[in-house]
Amino acid sequence: MSYNIFLNEEQIDGAADGPLSEMTIAIKDNISTEGVATTCGSNMLASYVPPYDATVVSKIKDAGATIVGKVNMDEFGMGGTTETSAFGPTKNPVDPERVPGGSSGGSAAAVAAGKADLAIGSDTGGSVRNPAAFCGVVGIKPTYGLVSRYGLIAYANSLEQIGPLANSVEDAARLLDVISGQDPHDGTTRSQGDNSAYADAADGDVSGMTIGVIRELFDGADKRVVETVEQSIEALESQGAETIDVSLASLEHAVQAYYVIAMSEASSNLARFDGVRYGLSGGYDGNWNETFADAREEGFGDEVKRRILLGTYALSAGYHDKYYKKAQDARAWVRQDFDNAFSDVDVLASPTMPVLPPKLGESLSDPLQLYLMDANTVPVNLANLPAISVPAGEADGLPVGLQLIGPQFGEESIIRAASAVEN
Amino acid sequence: MTAQAAEQRELAVVIGLEVHVQLETATKIFCGCSTRADEDEAPNTRTCPTCLGLPGALPVLNEGAVEAAVKIGKALSAEIPEQTTFHRKNYYYPDLPKNFQLTQYDAPICADGSLEISVEGTRRSIGITRAHLEEDPGSLQHKGGSIDTADYTLVNYNRAGTPLVEIVTEPDFRSPAETRAFLAKLEEVLAYLGVFDATRDGSLRVDANISLVDAEAVAEDGSISDEALESANRTEVKNISSHKGAEKALAYEVTRQKNAIQRGRVIEQETRHWDETRGITVSMRSKEAEKDYRYFREADLPPLEVSDWKAKIPIPELPDARRDRFASEYGLDGESASKLTSTKAVADFFEDVAESFDPDLAATWVADNLLGELNYRDMEVTDISDRLEEFTTLISLVDADEVTVKNAEEIVLRSMLDEGDDPETIIDREGLGKADDDAIGAFVTEAIEENPDAVEDYHNGEDGALNFLVGQVMQKSRGSADPGTVNALLQDELA
Ligand SMILES: [Zn+2]
Repeated sequence: MSYNIFLNEEQIDGAADGPLSEMTIAIKDNISTEGVATTCGSNMLASYVPPYDATVVSKIKDAGATIVGKVNMDEFGMGGTTETSAFGPTKNPVDPERVPGGSSGGSAAAVAAGKADLAIGSDTGGSVRNPAAFCGVVGIKPTYGLVSRYGLIAYANSLEQIGPLANSVEDAARLLDVISGQDPHDGTTRSQGDNSAYADAADGDVSGMTIGVIRELFDGADKRVVETVEQSIEALESQGAETIDVSLASLEHAVQAYYVIAMSEASSNLARFDGVRYGLSGGYDGNWNETFADAREEGFGDEVKRRILLGTYALSAGYHDKYYKKAQDARAWVRQDFDNAFSDVDVLASPTMPVLPPKLGESLSDPLQLYLMDANTVPVNLANLPAISVPAGEADGLPVGLQLIGPQFGEESIIRAASAVEN
Repeated sequence: MTAQAAEQRELAVVIGLEVHVQLETATKIFCGCSTRADEDEAPNTRTCPTCLGLPGALPVLNEGAVEAAVKIGKALSAEIPEQTTFHRKNYYYPDLPKNFQLTQYDAPICADGSLEISVEGTRRSIGITRAHLEEDPGSLQHKGGSIDTADYTLVNYNRAGTPLVEIVTEPDFRSPAETRAFLAKLEEVLAYLGVFDATRDGSLRVDANISLVDAEAVAEDGSISDEALESANRTEVKNISSHKGAEKALAYEVTRQKNAIQRGRVIEQETRHWDETRGITVSMRSKEAEKDYRYFREADLPPLEVSDWKAKIPIPELPDARRDRFASEYGLDGESASKLTSTKAVADFFEDVAESFDPDLAATWVADNLLGELNYRDMEVTDISDRLEEFTTLISLVDADEVTVKNAEEIVLRSMLDEGDDPETIIDREGLGKADDDAIGAFVTEAIEENPDAVEDYHNGEDGALNFLVGQVMQKSRGSADPGTVNALLQDELA
């Protein structure tokens, strides 16, 4: 069965020895690999070969892992199903009629299908956790600044982090230990992950831990998802965790705020793809401005164009205050809400995705529906927090993910709690 | 208004400047590439993923550039913010690697400063609205025409990422001459700070906004109401690259606008290009709509705390203060003090010399002799600053009467500069060692014996006779005798 996971199966060997030797790993195709094509799932970059390695790629090579290929994704990370890839959708290994989630769909599918022990994804609004939940694997979105973004082709740079995917919490944490830490090439990185021992935190011990259950994020969710997630939370209670209900009023604005900010940043981040150095340059009529427009019309897919246009609009004079500034205010409110919640709890819990994985083609025609699928994951990115998606069980034979959110640089707490879900 | 009425209007000139200055830092503002162009460097070689704007590459702020900007802020008496923030200025242009420029927007590194200038003895303070840091774009070479008509265009990113400070003034200039004085002063200050190298190609780029208003709108103190400013159509003149160029370009533009107004025409609000070789400004024709740059904060550059940098970072004594100190400490006249503070290197050199000599002597030798000879040779003090010791040796030799002033000036100093020898070698070689009194005495006796007619004339009270005899003695000594001594000896001998 071909799931269309790999865009490129060129193997990149790592160092002979290291904490990840014997491990195979798949890399999302928006992370730069020296000498190996890095397409972002876009025709615009179909022939782009980076002359340098992303910091995480260097670290993974140094750690001895073998990179088995570059994997499929929604074009420039813009999507939640991997169907916006210019190179065709990836199928969900659990049920090939369904999407694997996205945008790191290839990464989650590679692990779920046994094509790689580990995978690297990137998470701008849920792009690691969403496919982890849909494919029944573990995915971590680290605190903003824990993992270097140098070499990650930006979609929305104030929101995104590179994160690990694996079959177990411990393996995902091992990979996080390798890739975290301050990087002189990324001024936003912090030193908290420099000498981390996240894998040690996967000890399954939740006794005495307080878990806040975010009620708002259960309300709109599919009943089957809610039931499965609630059962896994009850299992944690039976292991000694205490649960309390938490309400975060700001979350009702999170999706709107997220999309305004992400699209605004995207409109600027993707501006460099103008046909001069990337894409199908040449052969257009008109002046350079018209040539840029033609190259972009030809090189980008519909969803990318939609987001660039909306983002450009949101930043424009006369609309900037109404959209972009308001979204920033909402973002500050979401952060504040989370800060307050963490004065009472160690971690927060919710379903990762409010729905079960849709069938291929089912959701693509309705962008708004697609955006609302992100309601549970985007607040974490707005607040720069760490979160993990861990398999909570199955409903109708399809995987359901439990999302655990920690305070800033509280990776150990979410890893500990998630490892108890596996007990 | 009729043409007749327009003709009678008295007009006042209003100019504001935007000055782009390349900062003299070792590396570019957001990456580790050098800012220094190697001779004959190939295009796109002084680059890296960051300054090429490659996908995934990130900017990291060069604190050296911030330090240089803080120095400028101090020199301009400007406010420095608590922390740096950078914004993206979004626009498409082929020389921009990312199609946005990293710049500062609502919190520039310097705000509300001023710089004092002096034009024909009148001192004026020019307001500095702001000065902000930004990255230089790459450069374009249009082949076979302009950007719109070229067959093709080559892009070179070697310059991309060079740190720039853009200094924006208030519309405080009332004449093109004032802009020239301001830019010259600014260059002087920046060079004193060690953040600017005027010899670098493209290190100074100026845009000027210029309009003419009714002279009546100008208040006693030179200020102009916002209303008058807004009602006047202004042109923006681009492509000015020196203080001399600014004066020429703006003088042209004043005349052009005056002529138009006097003919009853309306000045078009437009951008004009200064054509240095033709000496005129040319309309750029592209009637651009007000650009919307969609500024927003750059998340990749976290704020850098700089609130205590102003106190922490020292700046050298600036030209005005040093000039005043030279006048009071060394008792120099205004002209010498100005000359000796014209550049930091000259002032430093003078102070080194003045340590060992009387300030007047040091001033004469540095301001008059040395600078004059250097200027004649198109050299700078920096070309000889490692030869301070040789220079002080020369002055000590003069001071100790070992060589005459004339020989020291006309032969030794020139030969030092032309041939690079030290003064003692030159004096030996040319036999310029000052003759002792015995030798001069012998020359005096000889001259009297050889010129009986002149001796007779002297005794008959003829004025020129003594001078003639002095000249004869000087010739015999090949200039090594001191004319005063010769004069005295001759008078003794003839008495
Ligand atoms: Zn560079």
